[in-house]
Amino acid sequence: MGVEAYMGVAGVLFVLGIVCIISRRNILYVLMGIEMILNAANINFVAINRFGNGGLEGRMFAIFVIILAAAEAAIALAIVLNVFHLFQSIRPSDADMLRD
Amino acid sequence: MSILHQQRAFYGLLTLAILTSVGYGLVSHGAEGMAFGFFSSFTIAGSLMCIWERSVVRSAFSLMATFMGVAGLFLLLGSDFLAMAQILIYVGGILALILFGVMLTPPDLGERSLPRIGGTLVLVLGGASLVWKHVMDATESLAVLPVEELTPMTSQDQSVGLAFLHPEQYVVAFELAAFLLTVALVAAVYIARRRTADFEPEEAA
Repeated sequence: MGVEAYMGVAGVLFVLGIVCIISRRNILYVLMGIEMILNAANINFVAINRFGNGGLEGRMFAIFVIILAAAEAAIALAIVLNVFHLFQSIRPSDADMLRD
Repeated sequence: MSILHQQRAFYGLLTLAILTSVGYGLVSHGAEGMAFGFFSSFTIAGSLMCIWERSVVRSAFSLMATFMGVAGLFLLLGSDFLAMAQILIYVGGILALILFGVMLTPPDLGERSLPRIGGTLVLVLGGASLVWKHVMDATESLAVLPVEELTPMTSQDQSVGLAFLHPEQYVVAFELAAFLLTVALVAAVYIARRRTADFEPEEAA
């Protein structure tokens, strides 16, 4: 399998992640879509690294992306809980005030 | 068409697509192609299920298929350490966090609308087709080695660990990542806590 196959899978995953973010009206789906997009980026990093010069750079980037995704998920969950507490709703369009 | 029929049609099509891609990979590239077809179709089927399902719990669990499929693709690319980290962190950590979010918020079953999903898909694919040619041109200029000249796959956990701690490579980024995770977790607890004013004062007995 060449690098194009992996990049194709990453592209489809990226598109599906964006569709998931836009088309569902629930904050949790936004989180899931972001995870899909980060995974697509990781596939690209690792695939290009594998078919490149044999170094470690792409894999290290992917590891840091995973670390950032973990931090982001923790913060985003806290924000979701706070938004639900403030607005009694988990639709992103309902959170439309800067202060309560 | 009732919801049950919709579900049956969707999962039937998904199973057919997975079997087709596994068979096509087996025919065209042998065992490696079969594994690639299996993992990639698993990845994409998981994300399709995530978009399709009405219940957030099912969507969250279908993401597990996506993450496992991506871990399998990492294995096929010779990154064993990354595949392990993917399973540990995504399936064990982030998915559990999302499930906590599901449990702590109310269900919203009437929220999915297939026309909206289809319309968004068409719009995003249209946008993607605008940049398709440029992406292909950029792919042409990638310095990609042919498969025969690739370095052979070896276990990488040791070299990854050494690169993390080597003073001339990634040790600063490694320490920064540790610091960032600490700050993020403390901040998450701080943001998610309930204010003392939220609690009702206890009734005097």
